[in-house]
Amino acid sequence: MLINDMASRCGEWLRGSGPESDIVMSSRIRLARNLADYPFIQRCTDIDRANIESTVRDRLEGSDDLADLTFINVADLELLDRQFLVERQLISREHANSDGARAVAIDSNERCSLMVNEEDHLRIQVMKSGFDLDGAWDQIDRLDDSIEEHLTYAYNPKLGYLTACPTNVGTGMRVSVLVHLPALVITKQIEKVFRSLQRINLVVRGLYGEGSQAMGDFYQISNQVTLGKNEDELVKQVGDVVPVVIDYERKARDFLINEQQNDLFDRVSRAYGTLQNARQISSEETMFLLSRVRMGINLGLIGDLEIPKINQLFIHTQPAHLQKLYQSVLDTDERNVERAKYLKGQLKLGRENAPDQN
Amino acid sequence: MKCQKCEKPATFHITDLTGDELLALHLCPDCAKEYLQTEDAEEPVAPTMTGMLNEQLKLEQTAEDLKTLDARKCPICGISFYEFRHAGRLGCPHDYVFFGEELDPLLVNVHGESTHTGKEPKRGVRDAESQTELIRLRREMREVVEQEDYERATEIRDQIRTIEGEGQRG
Repeated sequence: MLINDMASRCGEWLRGSGPESDIVMSSRIRLARNLADYPFIQRCTDIDRANIESTVRDRLEGSDDLADLTFINVADLELLDRQFLVERQLISREHANSDGARAVAIDSNERCSLMVNEEDHLRIQVMKSGFDLDGAWDQIDRLDDSIEEHLTYAYNPKLGYLTACPTNVGTGMRVSVLVHLPALVITKQIEKVFRSLQRINLVVRGLYGEGSQAMGDFYQISNQVTLGKNEDELVKQVGDVVPVVIDYERKARDFLINEQQNDLFDRVSRAYGTLQNARQISSEETMFLLSRVRMGINLGLIGDLEIPKINQLFIHTQPAHLQKLYQSVLDTDERNVERAKYLKGQLKLGRENAPDQN
Repeated sequence: MKCQKCEKPATFHITDLTGDELLALHLCPDCAKEYLQTEDAEEPVAPTMTGMLNEQLKLEQTAEDLKTLDARKCPICGISFYEFRHAGRLGCPHDYVFFGEELDPLLVNVHGESTHTGKEPKRGVRDAESQTELIRLRREMREVVEQEDYERATEIRDQIRTIEGEGQRG
């Protein structure tokens, strides 16, 4: 089955390449769309939902330009598989946990995902590794055009694409950049950066979206407004601020290197040591420590490990991924033991395979 | 009218929507300022959409007006304004037209604008009314089937087929 094949791979957003990939993990754009001839999800009956799902599936599955998309019936998936898709950022937590007919279509590179029956009938998403919003917009614009060949969207010339929530109406577009900001967290400047972003109408969230904790010093920066600005302007609004945030993070890293070198080396080395030697470790602690090690690699403090390896550990140590790799359901205590074993094995392996460093 | 909190004349008439019950307040400028400020302090940093909507209605509507507004129902999907206001989600594309007057200031509040300037569907704008009519017909179909009015159900089915057929050719 598709999901089991995916488990051993990493997916686009953790590829660890692309512009500014030491700080920017991924660039993501999503478009909210609704079919013109059905009520919004809130007023859908079970039959409506089932009809929307089958209409989207029937019309898109048969088309040549969308042949790479594979449809997965989310309502039929086990809880573990739904969590797995959330961890890979292919579906939202809301989509995983809701009821009724719903699906997701994913391409083979895991760059595109198309949620059916989330808050809107369609949530189209494109992800790119590193800082590449223009690439993401180009791809999702074409994908949206292809889908629209087969479906009639709810659209109004004055208000644009009509969405279930008025906060998404117009372009229906959310532009997000996932950034890794450990030095701004250590130097306690992160709140200041957030406040200034909020003042210019940008939203900052944790790794797994609305209301989620900022795990492993990962933050998503995205636009709030969707109406009255066109898509290029929205891409620019987020795109213009990211280099400023990157610059702050680099300055904070320089400060740590120059002014608090012992502290910094100590933090990084202890993190690396714990990950290699722990006998049981929670997902939160793993994220926290991997974040420090990731920064250590980028600053040249750790020579025997590479960024793609760390990115792989970030995803593979998440609860659902760990259970998929272990091919069995594990409770929290069992997961903590298996996670420690996995980390130990992988970090040993990584060092053996890494080129010699002097 | 006297202020409910002091003896000065009441010039602010506020409708509070915090609970399920509507609360009408008549306050002098000083007491009104104090009341609204303590409310603001409890607002989250990024105000929610329903919060913004309630703020807006509080200043623009009397309790009586709001009751009438809350009872209005979209003829296409059947959602009431009250249901929208509580859930923060609209029921169908036609709500943007039917509740347009109330939504317009909300959109300006949220987005700073009220007119779309971005992408439009490549195939041109379809006949939105016939699409909306499909939503209404499907709803009516369920109702008449429940009432076992199969004669009317057959008529509706034919109407749905006609509109869907036009959409296919378009």
